[in-house]
Formats: sequence, C-alpha cells, structure tokens
Amino acid sequence: MSIDLSQFHQVFFEESFEGLDAMESNLLELECETVDSEVINTIFRAAHSIKGGSGTFGFTEIAEFTHILETLLDEIREGSRNLTVDMVDLFLQSVDCLREMMQQIQDGTEVEKDTPKELAQAFEKYLNSENSENNVSDSSGTRVGDASSTVGSEAEARTEAGDTNGAGVVVAPGGRRWEIKFRPNVDMLRTGNEPARMFRELDSLGHYHCKVDTSQLSKFSALEPESSFLAWNISLSGDVSREQIEEVFEWVADDCELLIEEIQSEEAGIVAVDESKVDELKIDELKIDERKVESNESKVAEIGATEARSAETNVTDAAESDDPDTKQEAIKAKKESGKAKENSSIRVGTEKIDSLVNLVGELVITQSMLSQIGEDFTVEDLSRLKEGLGQLEHNTRDLQESVLRIRMLPINFTFSRFPRLIRDLSRQLDKKVELKIIGEETELDKTVMEKIGDPIVHLVRNSMDHGLESPEVRLAAGKDETGLLTLSAYHQGGNIVIQVKDDGAGLNKERILQKAVENGLVGEKETLSAEQINDLVFRPGFSTASEITDVSGRGVGMDVVRRNIQELNGTVEVVSEEGKGCVFTIRLPLTLAILDGQLIRVGDCTYILPLVSIIESLQVEPELVSHVAGGCEVLSLRDEYIPIVNLWDTFKVEPDSKSIEDSILIVLESENHKVGLVVDELMAQQQVVIKSMETNYERVGGVSGATILGDGRVSLILDIVGIVKMAGTQASERGKVLDFPSKHKAA
Amino acid sequence: MTKILAVDDSTSMRQMVTFTLKGAGYDVIEAADGQEAFDKAKGDQVDLVLSDVNMPVMDGITLIKSLRGLDSYKFTPMLMLTTESAGDKKMEGKAAGATGWIVKPFNPDQLLSTIKKVLG
Repeated sequence: MSIDLSQFHQVFFEESFEGLDAMESNLLELECETVDSEVINTIFRAAHSIKGGSGTFGFTEIAEFTHILETLLDEIREGSRNLTVDMVDLFLQSVDCLREMMQQIQDGTEVEKDTPKELAQAFEKYLNSENSENNVSDSSGTRVGDASSTVGSEAEARTEAGDTNGAGVVVAPGGRRWEIKFRPNVDMLRTGNEPARMFRELDSLGHYHCKVDTSQLSKFSALEPESSFLAWNISLSGDVSREQIEEVFEWVADDCELLIEEIQSEEAGIVAVDESKVDELKIDELKIDERKVESNESKVAEIGATEARSAETNVTDAAESDDPDTKQEAIKAKKESGKAKENSSIRVGTEKIDSLVNLVGELVITQSMLSQIGEDFTVEDLSRLKEGLGQLEHNTRDLQESVLRIRMLPINFTFSRFPRLIRDLSRQLDKKVELKIIGEETELDKTVMEKIGDPIVHLVRNSMDHGLESPEVRLAAGKDETGLLTLSAYHQGGNIVIQVKDDGAGLNKERILQKAVENGLVGEKETLSAEQINDLVFRPGFSTASEITDVSGRGVGMDVVRRNIQELNGTVEVVSEEGKGCVFTIRLPLTLAILDGQLIRVGDCTYILPLVSIIESLQVEPELVSHVAGGCEVLSLRDEYIPIVNLWDTFKVEPDSKSIEDSILIVLESENHKVGLVVDELMAQQQVVIKSMETNYERVGGVSGATILGDGRVSLILDIVGIVKMAGTQASERGKVLDFPSKHKAA
Repeated sequence: MTKILAVDDSTSMRQMVTFTLKGAGYDVIEAADGQEAFDKAKGDQVDLVLSDVNMPVMDGITLIKSLRGLDSYKFTPMLMLTTESAGDKKMEGKAAGATGWIVKPFNPDQLLSTIKKVLG
C-alpha cells in the first residue's frame, strides 16, 4: 500500500508553526536564572515533534537541523549543561531560521542553507566546548550511542528495503543454516511479547523447525499462566542473515537468553561466515570510525553522522519510489501544496461548528413551520405567520453571528509576537522593559487581525524608542528602572479596543508644538488644546525624535499607522501625561463584513451612518446656530462649537426642507472631532452587509461602501471624514472656510 | 474488527498513523496525550496500543506503565513510536512494559508491516 504523505503536510506545517511559536514564547520565559524544568520540557517537546514529523514527511533539512538543536536542549534538560543568555539567543535565532525554512518548503522555493549551517556550527561549538571540562564522558557517551544507533537504523532500513526490493541485504549463495536457542525470561509475556509472533516471523524468513524444551516447566500446581517456563531450540535455513534473525528478537533481547549460531555447511559455509563477519566488521568499523573522529574533530564527525543520516533517509525514500522523477514530483507537489496554502485556512473549535449545525437545524424547523402555514393560509393564521417570521429573524441573526464567530480568533495571534520584539528591542536599546499583556483571549476577525499587526508593532517600537526612558533617566526621575509596557485588548460594543500603554516620559508638548510651527502645520499664534497637540503626531512627516534611530524610523510612521487603522474603519488616538507615560488607543470594528448602521434620509435618498460614530441626534434651535467668519455655520452645543454640514448641500439632493429647524442634526465623532450632519429623517437601525464600492464600481468621495436594503434598493454608507472634506472643499470654493478639525472651547 | 489506540500529540503524525491503519482495515481510536489515551483505553478495550513517547500531560512511558497495571491490558501489545536514538528511552519503555518500538521516522509501509507482525 502506498500512501501519499503530502496530504498531511499542511497539518504538519500548521502544527510546526504553532510549535515554533510555543518554543519562542517559552524561550522568552526562560530568561530568568533558574531553569524551569516544565518550560524547558515544553520547548524540548516542540523541537522533538518537529524533528519527528519532518523526518517522517521527508523534510530532511529541518530534521537534521532540529536534531542538533535538540541535542543541546536535551543536555540542558538533563541538567548536564547550564543555560546561558547567549544560548537562548541562539535558540531564538534557530526558531526564526526554522520558521523561514518551513515557509520556504511550504512555498516550494529553494531552502536556504547558509543560516542553518552557521547556526548548526554555533550549536556544535557549544556541544563540544566547555563541556570537555565537566562532562566529557557524559556527552561523548551519548553521542557515540547516537552514532551507532544511526548505523543500527540504517541496517533496519536496509532490511525493510530488502523485504520489498530484495536488494541491499547481504545474502550468502545457496542459503545458510542457523541454530537458535531461545529461552524467554519468566516474565517476558508481561510485555505483550508472544513467542508465537517471533516464530511467525522466522517462518516468513525461511524454513524452520522447532523443538520445545520443557525442562524448566514447573509442576502443574505451581504453574503460573502469566509466566513463561518454556524454551525453544530452533533450526532455520534459507537466505537469512544474522541481522534478520536478530531483528526478530530485537524487542526481547533483554528479556531472554538468545543464542544464534550458524551451522557450517560444506560448500557455502566459508563464504557465508566470511560475509557475515564482514558485515559485522563494517558496522564495527563504522562505530570505531565515528568514535575516533568524534574525539578528534567533532565537526567532521557531525558531517559523517549527517551523511549517515541522509543515507538512511535516501534508503527510505528509495523504498518508497525510484529516483529522479520522484524528486521532481515531490517538488511539484510541494509547490502545489504551497499554492493551496495561499487560500489560507483557519482553525475552528468544534464547539463553534456544533453551534452552527444546531442553528441550521433550527432554521430548517422554522422554514418547515412557515411553509406549513403557507400551504392553506387564512387570515386567522396571521399571528402564527408573524410569530414564525419573528423566529426566522431570530434564527438568521443567530446564524449570522455564529458564522462571523468562525472568523474570529483570539488577539493573542497578534500579541504573541511582542514578547520577542520587546526582548530584542530592549537589548538593542539598552533599556529595561517589562511587558504586560491583558485580554489576549479577546476575539477579532481574522482579516482585521492580519492588518492590525503592523500598526501595533509600530506603536510598540515607538513606545520603546521614544516613550520609555533609559534605566538611569528613570531612576533619576524617581521611577522604577524597569519600564512597563502594557498591551491590552477588550470588547466595547461592536468594537475591539486595543491599547498600547507605557509609563515613560510621555509626549513632549512644547517640542511637538514647536516642531509643528516649524513645519507649518500650525500657525504661530494658534492656540491648541492638549488633545490637538497630541494629535499632531499623526500628521504626515512629523517626528520629534531628537535623533533618528533604526528602531522607530524617521517619523514616517504614525501617519501610516493612522491611515492603516482608518482603512479598517477604525480610529487611533493618544492620551499623554508628561513624565507619566502615554496611551495609544486603537478602536476597530470586530469585523469588516458587517456594520451596525443607522439609516438616514435626505429627500429621496437613504444613506447609512456607522452607528459607532453617532454621539447624539437633536432638533436644533436656530438661535444656537451662528455664522462664523467665512460663512460657515457652527452650533453651540453645551461647551463646544460644532461645525455643521448640510448633507443635501454636499451631495446635491433636494431635501424636504432647507431650514435647519425642520431638520434633524446628528452629532458625529470621527478622529476625535465632532461634526453636526443635517438630515431630514432618522430611520431604522440595522446591521448591513458592506459591499465595496471599489470592487463593484469605483471610489466615490464621502462614501465608504454600499449595501442592499431589505426592499432591494442600494444605499450608500457614508464616510464621515470624507464628507467633511467634501464640505470643506465646497465651502472654500464658495469662498467659505470650513476648517476641520477646529474644536475650540467656547470662551 | 481489530482496534488500535493511536496516541501522539502531533496531529500530523496521528493523522498519518490513523489514515494508514484505517486504510488497512483497522479500527482506530485517537488520543493526543497519555491521559486521554488512558481514559479511552479504560472505557474501550483495544487490541494494540501505539504511542508516542514525548507528550504533554502524560508521556508514553507512564501511559504504558499505567495500562499494564490494568487487568485487561496485561498482555496487550503496546508499541512506542520513538525518535530516541540513544536507546535508554527504549529500555525505560521496556521496563514499563512496552512490547517493542517503531523508530521515527518511519513510512506507512514500515508501520503496517510491524503492526501486522505483532497482531499476527
């Protein structure tokens, strides 16, 4: 039976990447002085699984590399070697390297050889150095054992190949005769080893004859059925080598007395003996060779062992198929599986699927109920119909939520890369930083997750570089020398809120303002609120870093961060307290596919506003509206002046009334600024499925997408920032100035 | 139908083993660690146990030792899937009551031929 192993590759890659993640996070925990055995065991296990799997699925490069890594890990685990920070570094680099190799194999591209080679040499150095003082016997002992067992498994592989191909086994011409004395220990049966199995195997090797030796059999009264008192004298003839016989008894070698002797036959005898000796000799030589080389020049030894191992794999490969074409096919298969990967998969807990199946079941029941009502419908059935429709609505919503939940993953997928980043950065910047992660179980849509990673990385880098101070500065300021960086995530309404918080120096307002004036972003005489000053850091080309570092770049970051987040329909804002630190808060919708919308009407047109951006809606008293310089209207609402945008004017539609007192004003917040939108009517609130304008038509100003309403009409989803910009442009064309943002406190 | 308990914390390995065995007509019960395997084996008598050694929660050697302690598993063949080349894991396993071992990496054919030998 031949099985196509490539069907398991995808799962292998997934679990290996998970294993590497686990190795990384556990390695980061290892930094403390005392080595936690549970932690090191977890790391070892992950490496071990990757080695086992990659060997089985034919990824020799990975298997070989993991083997060296595992050897050092094993020594640390056994306590025969002390873990150093440099070793942790090396392990971390190896994790990166393995990840890279794995990705390359998955993509079907050439696997890079230099990095693993360099790292392997670094491991070799550890394995050979220092150790010579303390643990010579220990390490060389294991390694020799290692080498010989490699030889052993090569022999096994050969025999296996021999079974199918009839090649590779040294067989004496004319057959050989063997006498085997086999006396199991009393309790051999208790390991599940049946002598019958061995006889069956011997039978399959050649012609055999067996005599039972009952001399040790005790009296019937003293007979224990679970013990073995029998012995056997077996004679076997055929094209059988000593190894084949030994293999039959391999598992019980320590549980029995076993004597295998070759009976010399007149003609073939001498040749046979010679060959069997030569055979043994070869193995012995190899053992000795390895041992010699090992003690002399370890690098060479490793290459030898590697060759032995790769030879072994070659044999196994050859057993599966024959040469060059297979390689080509394998590469092709790999490439194909690489392509399949691009469709990307998602792991879903069974409970999520179960709830989905359950809901579909309910939906089917509702549907059959409705069709029953519909069969011979009378007016009396109306209430039942309504009830049924209500249930249908309920089912649909539940189903929708469940389906969306399938795409939700814990944000830990993104957060998990930060411990490593913080570790590397703090070493690079010479700062002491503790990372605290809160709410890593908070779930988020997979697409949003993939896109939010980079912006968060940027914010974290920024906090590490500019926010947190060096230990000396912190001590001088009376703070703990270790800075605290907190990453947190939680749900709020239909949003996920992600915060990057540090207890560093905070934003330097004077410097920001000075810089903004220099760059012409702010007029010299303008007075800005603290929030507005902080907000300046998100402007393009803005950086207050006194010197540019390679950690957080040249200030081309924060505006990109904001833009990326806005593309996800999210917002980002910063709150800072000088000397105490600052908090960046990102707010994102849980999913990009569905929006909680507020339907509004202007004239004949129905639009949709994202519900999250609505603060309040009110009917305006005309005396609260004032006309400011430039002819723009602002509303005095409590302590603030809010610019007013007439949607009918912006979109050029005919409203019910152009007078503000007959309309409704919706106060919206976007990017930390408020704006009042004048509409004719507030309609229902409902969830809408977002259809992209770009995909279906083209980008339209002031509109972020479209949806199809219950009555089949298309409705546009408004982009508040875009509308304000449009209104501003239109106003300035008319000679008005609508400065947005402009939120001056009322005097 | 002959029932085999396949224990491995690596999903890909477990899937490969299960697929191979099922294809050969065996009934397969899967478990991801020793504890899960032990619980399943107690509830459902199997004819052969095939277990990885290095696993979280309960390792393969402890599993074999625990199962051997049960009356119903006194003579059941139990094989270890091991990459331990040093050999001491094999001996440790034997001492715990393992019947034998299959050395990783192995291919499906090697796996099947060993299983067939053991089950007869």
